[in-house]
Amino acid sequence: MTTTTAGVLFVLSLVVVLVAVYRPFGDYLYRVVSDTQSTRVERGIYRLAGVNPAVGQSWGVYARAVLAFSAVSILFLYAFQRLQNHLWLSLGFDPVVPHGAWNTAVSFVTNTNWQWYSGESTMGHLVQMAGLAVQNFLSAAVGIAVAVALVRGFARSRTGELGNFWVDLTRITLRILLPVAVLGAVVLMAGGVVQNLSGGTDVTTLTGGTQHLTGGPVASQEVIKELGTNGGGFYNANSAHPYENPTTWTNWIEIFLILLIPFSLPRVFGRMVGQHRQGYAIAAVMAILALASITLTNVFELAGNGTVPQAVGAALEGKEVRFDVSNSATFAAATTLTSTGAVNSFHDSYTPLGGMMTLGNMMLGEVAPGGVGSGLYGLLILAVITVFVAGLMVGRTPEYVGKKISSREIKVASLYFLVTPALVLAGTAAAFATGNNATALNAGPHGLSEVLYAFTSASNNNGSAFAGITVNTPWWNTALGLCMLLGRFLPIILVLALAGSLARQQPTPASEGTLPTHRPLFVGMVVGVTVILVALTFLPALALGPLAEGL
Amino acid sequence: MRLPTWLAQHLAALRTLLVFTVLLGLAYPLALVAVGRIPGLADRADGSLLTADGRPVGSALIGQSFTDAAGNPVGRYFQSRPSAASDGYDPTASGASNLGPQDIVDTIATDPDDSRQSLLTQVCQRSAAVGQLNGVDGRRPYCTPDGVGAVLAVFRRDGLTGPATRVVSVNQSAPAAPFLADYEGVPVELATPGEDYRAAGATIVPIRGDAPAQPVVPADAVTASGSGLDPHISPAYAEIQIARVARERGADPTAVRRLVEQHTTGRALGFMGAPAVNVLELNLALDAEFPTR
Repeated sequence: MTTTTAGVLFVLSLVVVLVAVYRPFGDYLYRVVSDTQSTRVERGIYRLAGVNPAVGQSWGVYARAVLAFSAVSILFLYAFQRLQNHLWLSLGFDPVVPHGAWNTAVSFVTNTNWQWYSGESTMGHLVQMAGLAVQNFLSAAVGIAVAVALVRGFARSRTGELGNFWVDLTRITLRILLPVAVLGAVVLMAGGVVQNLSGGTDVTTLTGGTQHLTGGPVASQEVIKELGTNGGGFYNANSAHPYENPTTWTNWIEIFLILLIPFSLPRVFGRMVGQHRQGYAIAAVMAILALASITLTNVFELAGNGTVPQAVGAALEGKEVRFDVSNSATFAAATTLTSTGAVNSFHDSYTPLGGMMTLGNMMLGEVAPGGVGSGLYGLLILAVITVFVAGLMVGRTPEYVGKKISSREIKVASLYFLVTPALVLAGTAAAFATGNNATALNAGPHGLSEVLYAFTSASNNNGSAFAGITVNTPWWNTALGLCMLLGRFLPIILVLALAGSLARQQPTPASEGTLPTHRPLFVGMVVGVTVILVALTFLPALALGPLAEGL
Repeated sequence: MRLPTWLAQHLAALRTLLVFTVLLGLAYPLALVAVGRIPGLADRADGSLLTADGRPVGSALIGQSFTDAAGNPVGRYFQSRPSAASDGYDPTASGASNLGPQDIVDTIATDPDDSRQSLLTQVCQRSAAVGQLNGVDGRRPYCTPDGVGAVLAVFRRDGLTGPATRVVSVNQSAPAAPFLADYEGVPVELATPGEDYRAAGATIVPIRGDAPAQPVVPADAVTASGSGLDPHISPAYAEIQIARVARERGADPTAVRRLVEQHTTGRALGFMGAPAVNVLELNLALDAEFPTR
């Protein structure tokens, strides 16, 4: 079998399995978020937390609950890192420096998992498993909860209530994330992923050298890192590390876990608004963009343009032999199309155009299929914008799944779209204006790409990096922390505001003048609007970076 | 006493977080640690350690360097890929080089400590070294015969256009000989330490040369992996090492090749990943079958 055929089959097998689980897993997600009964364990948690699960929350209360929970989480995680030297299993590591602890606390609470540090030499086991990994679950659950709240806004009418944040958070965590994580962790362990509390083993190598083989609760963190589209590696090398991703089939499983929830959530949307085809349309938009991107990334990486890949004979720098070029490129596309940011190969050494694809995927706003929850709400916002644009073009009333898109909805949607580009471009400009771009490893256009990538990754809550750049400075940690914070919570507030205003509306029955939003025409339009909006926003920056390098 | 709403909200948040920290941060990982003690799973959960003569010598999943104290390759062992993890294969500092695809100009400073090799020069140097060690052709495209990146800085009369006025081989300094005698009729100079020709307005031109497009030394032999801990090499890289290893051990090359094949894993299910040779396991098998001492 040729390398290309194997690479194509790898992608096809993922497509087949994701299509197969779309309905059953999507239906399961739907049942979890719309269940009216609580289990005994859940009721126990509500009692311990002191919340009343029966109360419905308006969008403002829901948003304040999200913000309160996240604020408390950031403070907790910050304190945890600063005090790690006093805790059990610290492996003798010092407390994390203040600007670094701030960055990491924000990073994990916002589902970004940007990492300025090397896990194996900075974070003790307790901080990793009881601090960072806990946020891997909870930040993912927050994202899904917000998406579900938006869908309820579409599905409900003449009500102010979007559900109860504490109930959503608890159910999503306990009934969706935890069971899949337990199952996945055992499978990964069978593949060779480490799971112990050991500080490591010292060995003498065959030629008499020494090697310190690391230990740690890796499998339990690895699985939720992918499933929750978090991406923060236990080790610096992330999913390239053989203890995180030892075999070619664990690599397949990790990519599958990354895509599982984001690709199944449109089913929840379809079921809640009572029309499966609306869910299929959204899933189709995601699939078209994702397949195009995965294909292009593979094509560019396998072509191996650029002087060094030409000299080498393949774009193999920063890639593992077991994954080779194609499975690395597929992972890279999957991780940047979602908000994961885990890597099994190092994007900084990709071919100029292959590297541009990873950057472009994030610039799409991570909607194909996007992070858990954030992908769905991002794409629904784009669908709202598309309905509005289409309405302007053909003179039809802008409506989406029975809800009128009026000036208030469009204002909110536009603001949502503007948040990340503003952060990315202002951040990049600020880095150059203050000379902080000097920490980039590479010179010339590639140096610009490193800075641009850092801000794109932080503002879109991805967390992957053109990792040559040194970001462990107070300026970088502070600036990127702010980008992650604003890039996560401003959109969430806007999404919940939109949900609130949609929920209050009376549904408009479909009429002659309604644009059908489940047909291929509409799917094509959403794809077009997404690509054009992004191209218009970022083309100048891309022209100075990867395009200048690659053409 | 009734708390203000905002305070009650934050208190609920804190209590929820604490409950979940116990559940997801302690119960969940510790339960999995316990699962990892199950016989059959325990070896893997503990890092797939390998032993020789009863002492641990490494992990089946983590690559290691087969070099002597001075960093030179030990001929009787199959060699791993280059590694960017600290001094090489250091699991406490996993990671990649992160150098870009167009990183082709070395920094040649007056103080050798400030000098830096470009990724291209690293590739060329490794290729030449691997070629020499294994007695095969180490040439590659864009590499000079002396093993650095074949890159020119070309100054033109009108900046980007016009005839060339001055040409410098940027990665070669005295006492090397320029890899090209002249370019567009202009004699090629050697680089002067401390000069930045790009900043001085030159165009950077890599020169392909006449090396074969698919060099004899395989791609994985000249590139660092993402983790810096890659336990594998490609079957092609193992192949060019067989003759040398067999000679060093006084073994039959066919027998060594058979061992290589035994330690080569194909694609999972026939289509996942790429065929790979586990270097540490192969070298352990060699030590068992063809001991040198």
